[in-house]
Amino acid sequence: MSNYLLAKRMLKNTLSKFLALISAVFALSFLAWILGTLIRRGIVGFNLKTFTEITPPPGSSGGLINAIVGSYMIVTIATFFAVIIGVFAVIFLCVYGRNSFLTPMTRFINDILLSAPSVILGLFVYTVYVVKVGHFSGWAGVMALTIIAVPIIIRTTDNVFNLVPNELREAAYALGAPQWKIVWKIILPIAKSGIITGVILSVARISGETAPLLFTALNNQFWSVDMNKPIASLPVVIFQYAMSPYNDWHELAWAGALFLTLFVFLLNISVRILFRQKIVLH
Amino acid sequence: MIDKLTHGLSFFFALTVFLTIAAVMGSLLYGGLDCFQQFGWDFLITSVWNPAAGQFGALVPVIGTLSTAGLALLIALPVSFGISYCITEIIPPFYRFPFTIIIELLAVIPSIIYGMWGLFVFIPYVGLDISVWLSSALQNQFLIGQFFTGPAAGLSILTASFILAIMIIPFITVTFKDAFDLVPLRLKESGYALGCTTWEIIWHIIVPHTRTQLVGGTMLGLTRALGETMAVAFVIGNAYNITSSVLQPGTTIASSLANEFTEAESDVYTASLISIGLILFLVTIIISGLARYLLVRLKRRSGGRNE
Repeated sequence: MSNYLLAKRMLKNTLSKFLALISAVFALSFLAWILGTLIRRGIVGFNLKTFTEITPPPGSSGGLINAIVGSYMIVTIATFFAVIIGVFAVIFLCVYGRNSFLTPMTRFINDILLSAPSVILGLFVYTVYVVKVGHFSGWAGVMALTIIAVPIIIRTTDNVFNLVPNELREAAYALGAPQWKIVWKIILPIAKSGIITGVILSVARISGETAPLLFTALNNQFWSVDMNKPIASLPVVIFQYAMSPYNDWHELAWAGALFLTLFVFLLNISVRILFRQKIVLH
Repeated sequence: MIDKLTHGLSFFFALTVFLTIAAVMGSLLYGGLDCFQQFGWDFLITSVWNPAAGQFGALVPVIGTLSTAGLALLIALPVSFGISYCITEIIPPFYRFPFTIIIELLAVIPSIIYGMWGLFVFIPYVGLDISVWLSSALQNQFLIGQFFTGPAAGLSILTASFILAIMIIPFITVTFKDAFDLVPLRLKESGYALGCTTWEIIWHIIVPHTRTQLVGGTMLGLTRALGETMAVAFVIGNAYNITSSVLQPGTTIASSLANEFTEAESDVYTASLISIGLILFLVTIIISGLARYLLVRLKRRSGGRNE
């Protein structure tokens, strides 16, 4: 009898381990499959032309340079704004408003914003900015991506600000330092690498965002760096070209997809391995 | 003086967090006004979506959103549990870190890549065959048959759910794994000392101990699935038909927005799309708010700092 029970327990144990392994293999095989597809189909379009010429009309050849430059501009400017907003907000959370009743609420709302659907944030910018101005523009795209990046920056910066030892702050207070000096001379230098991590993570995240750009920056088939006009961006071009019926557009879309994924992987892996920080997923 | 300035600035920017969420809600309410005036509460229970006739109802995209997200969760939950079990208890400690990174990479792939892959690779090579097989094998079965009726299409609710599932697996796995790691070693060791098998440790010690986090992590995965846009827009087919069959094309709120918003011509069309956007926003903030509440409360109780 007891042998029977033991056998049953062992069987259950082995079965569970087997199923767990299967699920791990399941997930890994999809990662391999997606990466394999990307490399196989994207490598064809990985040539000088793709990175030097602008997006072509169907049937002729061209590249993605205007989309890459457009993405670069939108993402850099959005990150710049997001860092300013995010870091100041965290200064409030960790220094000035440490004991304020607003602080836990701000953290809570920030976490909710972190998992708000990005398409809705694009919709928001459309209703408050695009409709009022009357046209799609690069700035609208910047607004949408800034709103997505701020919660990421706040979360990562908040984490490192809290790691600053209290003794250091107290020592500075004891010497009569005002709070802004503590922020600039003590907390920020210590938290620098954390802020850099936040920047890298948010760049990685917003570079791949497509949906919010559809209603804000729209797209531009020609070379344009005017932020006040519709501007091309890599994800939107990938979307448009992949949904099109033309084969040479598909090829460019895959090349863009491979480029984008490699870029995002590189940023995330560097955060994980060089900075030894966790990736903020949600 | 500088102190006041920094204080004021930092307060202002912290306030923008609140302002953003209030402004999003306010602007969506305002933008959807036309739709609400014209259709009233009936908007929520109308299944017609006919831009040509100016008739709009939220029922089809709402049901589509809930069913794809629910199905995705059904697939993703056991798999995520299995993977975190694997990472914490089965594979050798040396491989844990690289393995975690690999799972996380699955989470950072931009969603548009999943969509493309689903459309060009998954559906033609596997998805279509699975659909055809499911439909022929199950459509005449008692009770469950109605979920698999009709001509099996590659672009379908099932395909969208499956791709969503692959996308949210890493999100759920990471929270599960983090929760499992927090279980005191002492508890596990006591279990082993009593002769528990690994499975019994997981099921009778770790799971009860981390229940709240597991629920919270699952809910966060759910919000991901509800709001996911690009991957779904590629593979769901964007069809406004109400059907119980998961093998038919459908639509979700997010994919409707992505596919139709820039093409919406009449005011009421735009307003209707904004209104379904508002519905999605409210649902996701309620679910993620609840999930955060569970996780925060737990952290406070265990005395840990927010991670």
